[in-house]
Amino acid sequence: MIETINLTKRYGSFTALNDLNLKIEKGTVFGFVGHNGAGKSTTFSILATLLAPTSGAAFVNGYNVSTEAKEVRNHIGYMPDFFGVYDQFKTVEYLDFYGASYGISPAERQILIPQLLELVNLSNKSDVYVDLLSRGMKQRLCLARSLIHDPEVLILDEPASGLDPRARIEMREILKELKNMGKTILISSHILPELAEMCDEIGVITNGELVASGSVADIQEQLQANKIINVKLASDLEKAVLFFEDHHRVSTVTKNPNRDMLSFAFTGNDEEQIALLKKALDHGLAILSFSQEESNLEDVFLEITKGVDFA
Amino acid sequence: MKSLWINPVLNKEIKLRFRSFKSFLGVFFYLFALGGIAIGFILINTVFSYSSTAIFRPEQSRTMFMVLSFVQMALVLFMTPGLTSGVISGERERQTLNILLTTPQTSTSIILSKLFSSIAYLLLMMVASLPLYSIVFLFGGVSPSLLFQIFGLYFVTMLTIGSIGVFFSTVIRKTIVATIITYGITLFFTVGTAFLTIISMQFSAFQNVNQTSVFPYITSVFNPFIILLNSFEEGLSNEINNASGIAFPLTAAFIIAFLLISFVCLFISIKKLRPNMKEKKGEA
Ligand SMILES: Nc1ncnc2c1ncn2[C@@H]1O[C@H](COP(=O)(O)OP(=O)(O)OP(=O)(O)O)[C@@H](O)[C@H]1O
Ligand SMILES: [Mg+2]
Repeated sequence: MIETINLTKRYGSFTALNDLNLKIEKGTVFGFVGHNGAGKSTTFSILATLLAPTSGAAFVNGYNVSTEAKEVRNHIGYMPDFFGVYDQFKTVEYLDFYGASYGISPAERQILIPQLLELVNLSNKSDVYVDLLSRGMKQRLCLARSLIHDPEVLILDEPASGLDPRARIEMREILKELKNMGKTILISSHILPELAEMCDEIGVITNGELVASGSVADIQEQLQANKIINVKLASDLEKAVLFFEDHHRVSTVTKNPNRDMLSFAFTGNDEEQIALLKKALDHGLAILSFSQEESNLEDVFLEITKGVDFA
Repeated sequence: MKSLWINPVLNKEIKLRFRSFKSFLGVFFYLFALGGIAIGFILINTVFSYSSTAIFRPEQSRTMFMVLSFVQMALVLFMTPGLTSGVISGERERQTLNILLTTPQTSTSIILSKLFSSIAYLLLMMVASLPLYSIVFLFGGVSPSLLFQIFGLYFVTMLTIGSIGVFFSTVIRKTIVATIITYGITLFFTVGTAFLTIISMQFSAFQNVNQTSVFPYITSVFNPFIILLNSFEEGLSNEINNASGIAFPLTAAFIIAFLLISFVCLFISIKKLRPNMKEKKGEA
């Protein structure tokens, strides 16, 4: 369980995070989406007890990150966006060190480490110096490391960044497995379709403010209020343009004479959309097709963050 | 703070430090420098000496011990800043610090482990150099208690300079800057305070004989070389005690002052390692 209440972080006069309110229930996979510099890593650092909030509070499993930092550390597995490894350690020693740091007994570590390496597909690299692992392998090793004390909450800052498509799929599979284990996962990414597939909920953050949050379907629905409709006509394109421009729920009609098509933004519900089509046919327009543009998450992202100054 | 000795951070530091080839080279050159000086000294006094008898006498043995001790102190002062001024900032630069700080390891155990592992490495060098001292004992002229006293001074010195290094490594983001500052301070504690001591002694010599000045006392208390010299020449400390009018033993004052500096540096480092949050009591 993760909760933030009016969480704010300022660097001097610059506000990196402004009154962030989040509530993530146990067992939820929550995707955090935002442009570069939106404040994702800042939020994650605060939750990982690495950064003190300017004001507001954050809780992990009911523990306050500011006043009960040690308990929080025991309950989270944190993977930063950028991280290094101790190059003189072998893979097993690397995990062993962190296991010891979490107070896990040597006997338990002996059993645990091979299991973790198995989970992240690194069993064959157990005796290799971590410095010699590829970037994707290091990323998976870091994930294994964050799991060593079996935390209920995982805070993963762009765990798939810099990975090739195949490694991304592998990472996604591992995360699915963790989700099935009932862990609460907070994950950030720039790649929305990927998040959509594995997240239960998504929060969109821009310039330090949460501008939308909810289930993936919810967010998509929020956007449906402003849908794009494409119309293809057999003839009389100009007449159709005039007709649609006249409708009070239609805006920004653009025509494409070469293909006898026009498109417009429509802010009505499904019934109104049906009524509009019926009226257009009654008006004698030769409509070949009347279709709503399928909006994907990238559009949702761009739509939500539209008009935001990315400076 | 349960058992610092089987602490995982200390364990890791020692493992990583002693594993690197660099550390091996360090010990090698350390012994090479020290051994070279010892052998050179013996050669100058025997083979190349104009005296008819090519025998190494106890007085010479004592002088050699003194030379070795000063060289060893110089090496300690030279190496400690380099070994400690990167312990925290280095992890920050290699981006391993974040992860370490999210483990439940206390700031105290992280800072002390970093310091102790550096000191452990220096102690290894000292121990490795002990056979050289056996030459001295072979020829006599030096008591074992003097040797213990001098190694005690080394320990206090490396503890304090090490703490200063750890302190700057914690509060300054860049290792290179922390290293330069630590070397600067070490230079002040050696050349700087020696210079000030000489000046203030000269100055008071010009003035009324009855007038005392605390300056030479204060400046020499912070100078490991003066304290080391003091272990060989009792007269020196008497002179400084008289010039300053402070009767408190110089060496004891040095140990107290240095341990105090060390404590303050470590205390601030422990407080500053993690962001300043209202931590629950009993936690550091
Ligand atoms: N130590 C700092 N001092 C000043 N400003 C900072 C500091 N750390 C972060 N910022 C600023 O805070 C804002 C949020 O940064 P953050 O790293 O949280 O972004 P992000 O959402 O993780 O971006 P990205 O997708 O690029 O990882 C940025 O504008 C950044 O410049
Ligand atoms: Mg980031």
